[in-house]
Amino acid sequence: MIKITNLYKEFDGTPVLKGINATFENGKTSLVIGQSGSGKTVLLKCMLGLLSPEKGDICYDDRHYDKMTTKEKRDLRKEIGMVFQGGALFDSSTIEENIMFPLKMFTNQPYNKMLERVNFVLNRVHLENVNSKYPAELSGGMQKRVSIARAIVMNPKYLFCDEPNSGLDPKTAIVIDNLIQEITDEYNITTIINSHDMNSVMEIGEKIIFLKDGVKEWEGTSNDIFRTDNKAITDFVYSSNLFKKVREAQLKEKG
Amino acid sequence: MLQQVFKKPQKKSVFRELLFKEIEDLGISSIGIVAFISFFVGGVVVIQTALNLESPLTPKYLIGYASRESLILEFSPTLISIILAGKVGSFITSSIGTMRVTEQIDALEVMGVNSLNHLVLPKIIANVFFYPFVIIISIALGIIGGWVAGNITGLVSSADYLLGIKSDFEPFHVTYSMIKTAVFAFVIATIPAYHGFYVKGGAIEVGKASTRAVVWTSVVIIVLNYFLTQMLLGK
Repeated sequence: MIKITNLYKEFDGTPVLKGINATFENGKTSLVIGQSGSGKTVLLKCMLGLLSPEKGDICYDDRHYDKMTTKEKRDLRKEIGMVFQGGALFDSSTIEENIMFPLKMFTNQPYNKMLERVNFVLNRVHLENVNSKYPAELSGGMQKRVSIARAIVMNPKYLFCDEPNSGLDPKTAIVIDNLIQEITDEYNITTIINSHDMNSVMEIGEKIIFLKDGVKEWEGTSNDIFRTDNKAITDFVYSSNLFKKVREAQLKEKG
Repeated sequence: MLQQVFKKPQKKSVFRELLFKEIEDLGISSIGIVAFISFFVGGVVVIQTALNLESPLTPKYLIGYASRESLILEFSPTLISIILAGKVGSFITSSIGTMRVTEQIDALEVMGVNSLNHLVLPKIIANVFFYPFVIIISIALGIIGGWVAGNITGLVSSADYLLGIKSDFEPFHVTYSMIKTAVFAFVIATIPAYHGFYVKGGAIEVGKASTRAVVWTSVVIIVLNYFLTQMLLGK
C-alpha cells in the first residue's frame, strides 16, 4: 500500500500540487486522472522520488520515503516498475538487452536464467521474435508492451504507469489497459496509472482520483463517476462527445 | 555531481561491459581521425620549420628536432585534445542529453541505478586511460608524416631528420605530454557529461548543450594547458 499525506510541490514559487492526500491499495489499479497540467505527472514523479516535494509524506508499506537513506531509496526502487509515457526504452540496446538490464544489474543469475525470464515476460505481454530488434524497429504499441515487460521483469510490488496508452489507437490502448489490469491481479501489485483517457477509466479504474489545478477534487470508483454531482469531474468526463451522448441517453432512460 | 560519479559501481560485470563499450566509442573510434590529422600536420610542421630555417649555418637536423618537440609538447596533447573535445565531447553531451530528454535517465533512476555513476564513470576511466595511447599514436604518426613530407619535398634528408628526432631527447617531455593528456581527457569526459546530464527541454536544447559543452571544454583545456605548462616546465 502507498499512502501520501499532504503532498505539496511547487516550481519557482508556483504551486503544482497543493496538499494531496491519497491511499493506493495492494492488488488494485488506481487511476489518477485530470486535464493536462493538473499535476498528475508531478505527483507520480514525487512518489517515485524523481522530484522532491516541499511538504508532505510518502509511505510505502510503512516505510517513509523522506526518512530513508539513499541506499534504502535505491533498494525500494528495485521493488518499483515504471512504464513511462514515451516508453523510455534504451534506444541503443536491443529489446532483449532492455528487459534483461534490471536482471543483470540487480541479480546474479546466469545468462540462460535471465534469458528465460526475458522470454517469459515478453510472452506475458504477447510479444514474440522481437529479442534482437531495436526499439525504433517496433510500433508504438509494441514499445509500450516492451516497457511493461521491462517494468515487471523484477516482479515489482508497485507498478507506475504514466499515460500508458497515449498516442495509441483505441484498440491497442484497450489491449494495454487490459494487460496492466491482468498483471496487477496476477501478481497482486499496487498499480497507479496516470491517464486522461476515459476509456481507461471505464476499463480498469478500480479507484479513481481526479486532480484539478494541483488539488484532489474527487475520489471514487468508475461506477461513481457517472453519478457524482461534482461539477469539475462531470465537466471533465463529459468533455467527450461520446460520453455526452451516453449521458443524454441515460437521462432520457430515466425520463 | 562528482561525488555520485565516483561511487563504487553497483555491478562490476555491468561496469566492465560499459567500460569496454566506452573505450570503443570514445577511444578506438577516434584513432582514425587522430591518425589522419597527425600524419598531415606532422608533414606541415616539417615543411614550415624547414622554410623558416633558411640560414645555411643552421644544421638541417634541427628540423627533425623542432618537429618532434612541437608534436610532443603541444600539437598532440593539446590540439588533438581540442579536436577530441569537439568529436567526443559533442557525442557525450548529445548521447546523455538525449537519454535525459527521452526519460531514459529517469528510467535508470526509477530502477535504483545510480545514473551518474552508471553513465559517466566508464567514460571518465575510458578517456583517462585510453587517450594517452591515442596521443602516443598521434606523436608517432606526426613524426612519420614529417619524415614523409621532408623526403617528398626534399627539404630535409632522412638522415638529417632521424638525427634530429634522436638528438637531445628529454624523456620528461613525454611524461609532461601524458600528464596533460590525462587531465584533458578528464575534462573531455566530465564537462560534456555535465551539460548532457542536466539538459532540459528537447532536441534543440540537446544541440545547444552540445555546442556549449564543446566551447567550455576547449576553453578549459586552453586555460589548463597554460597552468600545467607553467607548473611542469616553468622555472
